[in-house]
Amino acid sequence: MRIVWTIVKRELAAYFTSPVAYVFLVIFLLLTGFFTFTAGNFFERGEASLAAFFGWHPWLYLVLVPAVGMRVWAEERRSGTIELLLTLPVATWQAIAAKFLASWLFLALALALTFPAIVTVNVLGDPDNGVILAGYLGSWLLAGAYLAVSCMTSAMTRNQVVAFILSVVVCLFLVLAGFNPVTDLMVRWASPAVVDTIAAFSVVTHFDGFQRGVVDSRDLLFFLSVIGFALFATGVIIRGHRSG
Amino acid sequence: MIRIENLVKDFGAKRAVDGVSFAVERGEVLGFLGPNGAGKSTTMRMITGFMPPSSGRVTVGGHDVAESPLEAKRLIGYLPESAASYSDMTVRGFLNFAAEMRGLRGAARNTAVGRVVELCFLQSVLRQSIDTLSRGYRQRTCLAQALIHDPDVLVMDEPTEGLDPNQKHEIRNLIRELGARKAIVFSTHILEEVDAACTRAIIIDRGRIVANGTPGELRSLSALAGAVTLSARGADEAKLSALGRVENLNGAFRIYPRDKSKVSDLAQAVVDLVAREGWKVEGMYSERGELDEVFRRITLPDTVK
Repeated sequence: MRIVWTIVKRELAAYFTSPVAYVFLVIFLLLTGFFTFTAGNFFERGEASLAAFFGWHPWLYLVLVPAVGMRVWAEERRSGTIELLLTLPVATWQAIAAKFLASWLFLALALALTFPAIVTVNVLGDPDNGVILAGYLGSWLLAGAYLAVSCMTSAMTRNQVVAFILSVVVCLFLVLAGFNPVTDLMVRWASPAVVDTIAAFSVVTHFDGFQRGVVDSRDLLFFLSVIGFALFATGVIIRGHRSG
Repeated sequence: MIRIENLVKDFGAKRAVDGVSFAVERGEVLGFLGPNGAGKSTTMRMITGFMPPSSGRVTVGGHDVAESPLEAKRLIGYLPESAASYSDMTVRGFLNFAAEMRGLRGAARNTAVGRVVELCFLQSVLRQSIDTLSRGYRQRTCLAQALIHDPDVLVMDEPTEGLDPNQKHEIRNLIRELGARKAIVFSTHILEEVDAACTRAIIIDRGRIVANGTPGELRSLSALAGAVTLSARGADEAKLSALGRVENLNGAFRIYPRDKSKVSDLAQAVVDLVAREGWKVEGMYSERGELDEVFRRITLPDTVK
């Protein structure tokens, strides 16, 4: 396990030695602020909650998380360091988990830096902080699901731009499958059972509960299995191009 | 330490490595020669466990690389092609990372880093980030990474590629020094390196081993090996040709032995003839053979053959 931590440390340090981390954090915070207070009508809602804040996350992450995840494996492949990393005494799954974990911790930091939103809502009103906490947990899991998908697409190519685009497309599917305008459209020509099944694959459906403060084990399981599946697929892809 | 049996690697329909077998023991430095695309890098990637072989077996220190990769990898230090390293890290950061990945922590880590920094002359660039380093320093940084845990087996893919002659010389000396205590395999397509650093060399062409021996043995495969070149005033081609086939090189004569196993006899015979005829010798030497020529002869591309 210490070897996993060694890789996590290196990966995290890599974010902060390049401008990537700072650019990302600033843009993330600006955009969450904009969406919450301007586009989300935070003040006009007149309720002491962060619904205006969390509601935008599936869309915000759609662009921002692939930007974090695209370099994870593509960069290793481009620079050839993947050969160095995987010939060190570390199992491939450990390397995959470590690199995912590092990026996920970085996203946790970005999320933690949105704390002024909690302060604001607590100063202005009397919100249920349990609901807010559940919202943060859900948001982090949502980011994790997108990130795992980005790791997977990143392993497919040595080109970060390709990895980014592929990842956005897959994540977009994960959002749209449960997005109301889309499900409403599908209901017209598919049976409700089919629509529900498709919607069950959507992150939006499973993120809703967290926003309402409900931590349902099924939703937890959903996000963890998306992460697990995408990382497993990452392993298969890496094994595939190692064996030529 | 390294044992390779019948190694095969297919990339789709193309067979990159085709039935390669060899062994390297401690104290040996094996030079892996061959034209570009001959399968050198692929073979090394299979030794280090980066690529699984299509068939065949690699064991390192008794551990099968496919079955117990972690045990095998612990024994290996690897310098990948073009010295790939994390270019955003400083030299010190990168070496610390390598040490920790090898399970060295705290004081043990600092000792190990200090040792390789000294060995590879990296003191002056410790705080620099790797992408600001010159080619030579980058190569040495990656080599330092490979040596951090003082491995029994060292595998290097073109360690002198892109270096200037002084840097090449330093790296070769280092390889030779390390070779006394380790089993070393390194690939190159520079033939002088075989003489400078190897105890043994393998020439590989289109995935197959086409020659395997000490530098001396490989050289004796040369048509030139054992020939005597004589330049002497008054020398007569007709009289020399009694000793063997003679080639006229603008005034000097090269006499090829009839029987390669009696090379020293030829030299003596030439000396005797010179003395008998009273020719004035300006120069005379025995040819050791040229690796260059051997290499070209056995790895000729299809278009030439």
